[in-house]
Amino acid sequence: MERFTVHRGTAVPLRHSSVDTDQIIPAVYLKRISRTGFADGLFAEWRRDPGFVLNRDEHEGASILVTGPDFGIGSSREHAVWALLDAGFRVVVSPRFGDIFRTNAGKSGLLAAQVDASDVEALWAAVDADASMQVTVDLRERTISGSDGLSAPFVIDDYTQWRLLKGLDDVAVTLSHDDEIAAYEANRLPHRPVTLPSATFESR
Amino acid sequence: MGSTLAEKVWDEHVVRRADGEPDLLYVDLHLVHEVTSPQAFEGLRLAGRQVRRPDLTIATEDHNVPTVDVDQPIADPVSRTQVETLRRNCQEFGIRLHPLGDPEQGIVHVVGPQLGLTQPGTTVVCGDSHTSTHGAFGALAFGIGTSEVEHVLATQTLLQTRPETMAVTITGRLGDGATAKDLVLALIAQVGTGGGQGYMVEYRGEAIRALSMEARMTVCNMSIEWGAKAGMIAPDETTFDYLQGRPHAPTGADWDAAVSYWRLLATDDDATYDREVHIDAATVTPFVTWGTNPGQGVPLDGVVPDPQWFPSEDEQAAARRALAYMALTPGTAMRDIAIDTVFVGSCTNGRIEDLRAAADVVRDRQVAAGTRMLVVPGSAGVRLQAEAEGIDGAFTQAGAEWRGAGCSMCLGMNPDQLGPGERCASTSNRNFEGRQGKGGRTHLVSPQVAAATAVLGRLGSPTELGAG
Repeated sequence: MERFTVHRGTAVPLRHSSVDTDQIIPAVYLKRISRTGFADGLFAEWRRDPGFVLNRDEHEGASILVTGPDFGIGSSREHAVWALLDAGFRVVVSPRFGDIFRTNAGKSGLLAAQVDASDVEALWAAVDADASMQVTVDLRERTISGSDGLSAPFVIDDYTQWRLLKGLDDVAVTLSHDDEIAAYEANRLPHRPVTLPSATFESR
Repeated sequence: MGSTLAEKVWDEHVVRRADGEPDLLYVDLHLVHEVTSPQAFEGLRLAGRQVRRPDLTIATEDHNVPTVDVDQPIADPVSRTQVETLRRNCQEFGIRLHPLGDPEQGIVHVVGPQLGLTQPGTTVVCGDSHTSTHGAFGALAFGIGTSEVEHVLATQTLLQTRPETMAVTITGRLGDGATAKDLVLALIAQVGTGGGQGYMVEYRGEAIRALSMEARMTVCNMSIEWGAKAGMIAPDETTFDYLQGRPHAPTGADWDAAVSYWRLLATDDDATYDREVHIDAATVTPFVTWGTNPGQGVPLDGVVPDPQWFPSEDEQAAARRALAYMALTPGTAMRDIAIDTVFVGSCTNGRIEDLRAAADVVRDRQVAAGTRMLVVPGSAGVRLQAEAEGIDGAFTQAGAEWRGAGCSMCLGMNPDQLGPGERCASTSNRNFEGRQGKGGRTHLVSPQVAAATAVLGRLGSPTELGAG
């Protein structure tokens, strides 16, 4: 995973609450078996409307999505995160994220920055006034800042912050605790089910 | 002070706890399907890693499979590649797979319980948000993304920060004609789609105790629809009766030991929850959604709401947007809404009891002219059982389509999709824009309401047919 420290870019205001992952990327785009190539599915239905905010010229190249509460609810599809990354986004700003989306973002290097609703309003107003405004997202300081003194703190858990700053592979970190996993396994309750071998499985 | 059910299961699975880090939790059962796993297996290959515990892993094909001509190669080449990729991955990594055509194939959340793999006090994860279903057994079960799927495959663990706990207590008993689906839709309308965010929820109270195992699964299934991390129900005699004799349930002395252990899982009398919600079951009547998220629902006896009735500007804007998408006018009686497609199925309501309930309504009746009814069993096992009971005949004689098992029109990844502007009464879990097909409109309902709607050609309940 790429390290994330400070990101500078322009922002796009998505004035919606409860944006579910079916909107971020509809199911028909989930059939690919790669981790990339999902940009064409990003907001596929909404993008058919020429007036949709992501279609507007002034937001071309934006890399920070500023949206209403409950962004990324619904389906667990990590493809939603990959589609945003593929389309050039590095940061999503919202007052509240769907749990699974927020976790997926942290695993794939997309920063899900949780801010107060009033700060989302302020960011929307500032981007409306000047779509070319450079926004700086500093993960070390956990701040988002723009021009004219616009500045907002954001919330992210310490562990995800640390992993993003280091660009660490979660699996490698966990495998370094292999002895502890093995110790747990040695003491698991004996009646826990196993999938193998099974009568139905062996019969084939 | 005592512990809650969720805390007990959580604490029993902590492999490692360290300051400033999430807990490392052990995973007892990992369910895998074709859509959210290919990139995870590829990640293992790139890193030269193995699946740590194939014996705690099971795969099935569900999201992307056709429900007709299941003995033929999948027509869509992209879907076929994804399914074939799962088959290759399972073979390479030694994972048990129930492919299309296998008698145990079906939706992961129907197959796990059916096989007796879902057991009280276990941790269950899957790259699918409706993994919350398994909480009905007193398991801690939740959906994960593909990176986490890879993490579980490689380590059999997950890094998780312990959420807070919430009790949803349903007092009294559900009235005649009210189902588990109505109960959970009414709950979500009350608390909102974000109301459970950050909580492990425990459903409890007299009405929950009175529910069958399958009805409990319907309730827990929808936990994610109000944002909860997990939804759980303490195991009891209903749970044990359901499990005993299933292929993977413990037997002999192991069974006795397991039941003794499972009885200890219930929340202690002196335990406290971080938040509590109460609902009076007697107030629950058949419920239906009018909007584009599962929280936008009203009683079937009600009308399409006026956006101005909502307190916040945000909710008003969401309601206006939903009504425009749904092509509905405020004040319209819900029962006056004409329906052209009825879908009975999904991990929410695709089990045998759901099919029996729907069949009882359509038996000796006809699906209305101009309405199409699709019945998709949650698993091949459910389909076989339904056929043994003659339930398929009740559907086909009424003019409904009897299909093979899978997720089907719940998410329209396979050819079972709504067309633009089509309006569906669906027993599934999500009424998001385009969820069941581009431009399609979804009303979430119970199997009983779905079946009555198919006969009436408009939203309605069995009582209108003199049934139920």
